[in-house]
Amino acid sequence: MEIRMSNLTKIFVAKDKSEVRAVDGVTLTIPSGKLIGLLGPSGCGKSTTLYLLAGLLKQNEGQIFFEEDEVSETPPEKRGIGLVFQNYALYPHMTVRENILFPLQNLKVEKEEAKERTEAMAKLVGLETMLDRKPKELSGGQQQRVAIARALVKTPRVLLLDEPLSNLDARLRLQTREEIKRIQRETMITTVFVTHDQEEAMSISDEIVVMKDGIIQQMGAPQYVYDNPANLFVAKFLGNPQINVFDGVIKSKKVYINDMLIGKSKLPDGEVVIGIRPEGFAVDQELKSPFKFSIDLVETIGRDTTLIIDLPGEAKNILDKKSFKAIVDAMFKIQTGDEIHFLVRPEKMFIFNQEGERIE
Amino acid sequence: MEKKNNLKAWLYLAPLLILMIIFIFYPLINSFYISILENYEPLANNGAGSATGYTLMNFVKILKDQLFWQAIKNTFVIAFISVPISIFLSLLIAVALNSIPKLKGLYQTVFFLPYVTNAIAVGMAFAFMFNKDYGLINVFLGWFNINPLNWIGATSSWGAQMGTLLIYTIWGGLAFKILVFGSGLQNIDKQYYDAAKIDSASKWTIFKRITVPLLSPFILYISITSMIGALKAYRTVIGLFGERLGAQPYSMITIVAFVYKYRSGYTSVSYISYAASAAIILFFITVVFSLIQGVISRKRVHY
Repeated sequence: MEIRMSNLTKIFVAKDKSEVRAVDGVTLTIPSGKLIGLLGPSGCGKSTTLYLLAGLLKQNEGQIFFEEDEVSETPPEKRGIGLVFQNYALYPHMTVRENILFPLQNLKVEKEEAKERTEAMAKLVGLETMLDRKPKELSGGQQQRVAIARALVKTPRVLLLDEPLSNLDARLRLQTREEIKRIQRETMITTVFVTHDQEEAMSISDEIVVMKDGIIQQMGAPQYVYDNPANLFVAKFLGNPQINVFDGVIKSKKVYINDMLIGKSKLPDGEVVIGIRPEGFAVDQELKSPFKFSIDLVETIGRDTTLIIDLPGEAKNILDKKSFKAIVDAMFKIQTGDEIHFLVRPEKMFIFNQEGERIE
Repeated sequence: MEKKNNLKAWLYLAPLLILMIIFIFYPLINSFYISILENYEPLANNGAGSATGYTLMNFVKILKDQLFWQAIKNTFVIAFISVPISIFLSLLIAVALNSIPKLKGLYQTVFFLPYVTNAIAVGMAFAFMFNKDYGLINVFLGWFNINPLNWIGATSSWGAQMGTLLIYTIWGGLAFKILVFGSGLQNIDKQYYDAAKIDSASKWTIFKRITVPLLSPFILYISITSMIGALKAYRTVIGLFGERLGAQPYSMITIVAFVYKYRSGYTSVSYISYAASAAIILFFITVVFSLIQGVISRKRVHY
């Protein structure tokens, strides 16, 4: 089911009467049957957006549509949504079976059918042998799957997940995110999930929505957004290690960093901010490129080598020191102190104005 | 090292332990002892007391006493009616208070007032309110064309007196229960309620299947303590009916009042032993009910 949000705004009033626009004029269309990742740093309004969709919070302005139905004023139980809470909110005194059955009992589903649906759902999430256990007898990952089963058993129109993986350890997280993707594909339910982990969002979402300060920064397929960030924030937020940011200058169609020529641009002369992804550096084996540095630190992990390079310039203390990272093939066998000439891959370089907007 | 720590632990426990030995353990054991003394005269031999031997006849004597069975009946009616009703009411009030955060403080104070008010004074106020001729209750009932009821007058029925006593007992017991349930509710994660709302649970379902089970440790605590309190009912009777213990003498007598009646007659031979026997019987009744509640709770309480 397609979800449409139009100019959605949520204002929280703090104790000192100051207002925070947690969600600020969000207009967004979520296509039917897709898995969407709402991504942003903490406090960006992504969870608030989710709770507005769920109806647990009420928007100050704007509308929400599920297909053609406006649900802006509809109470949560009438919206036909399934919600998985960050800490799962499984009822601790009920068994797994009772937890999954609970929504069906409330919806007065006939007993036999409810039983069948509960068991089918337990099977979908791989917990058919755990039905008579209490939540605290399950591992974090299993609890999480119970929560998904409970959300899905009433066949909701939309599945909402609030930081579904944040309480799991690293290994389980990888496993569970594949699981979520699989369940979503099998059920073809429109799913919105919230996360602050860009890697998580990029790996399983059909599309990601990047938010900051309650405002949508960019939406699109993960790889597209990564390759075409709309602004410096998005460029910095996606990718690990983070994109390298340099102060640059454009002079007669040429781009310079620290007076070293790194590429060409069609932009007019002026000062700009340049972002280069760590994998955007190539080693110039002909030693011709003027963009050269001595290497301060080398970390080789498997087939990649990460070079850490301090930018030249006077730094008052160690925290002010600016450095950048370049990831190159390990076969170059680069050592600390080596002088390396870099070429910059133009498709991995983005130019922003001083306000952080992308200009090339 | 371990020995030294043990000594320290005992030292810390000592003040409370000494008080408990003097005022609880010794009297308890002494009551057992007195309850089986034959022809016990506490003031004989210059206060050392005298007895002619050991016997169980003291128990037989009070078990044959019509008044003792009246006391058992009254006590059980008070306990089994007032405890469940006041728990249920206080749960509802606590939940209701929790849903009106703005006025919560004010109402909490209002509901807590009975707890800090003297039971005898409140009892006198109730006695006046339930007066047949100029009590507020009958005036109020008069608005609905209900004839004045003889609640606690000299010719009032046992049922009317018990009804009044129950209303007073329930009302007086609400305060502490609301306080405990209120703080219990604070401990329940709000997300369970959000989850239940998303799961289309009605308010009643949420109360029955989420709130009550999650509060069950508190409900157990309250039901055990208030059951014990109700079995020991005494102040309420004195407060409402005075020393006659009823509209007719002794009509509202409770087990503790029975104990007190015989204890006060200590100059007669064996009266103290009768009082002790009744107290011992009450002790076992209390233990049995607490154990029963403990057993039930093992199945029903979710920690």
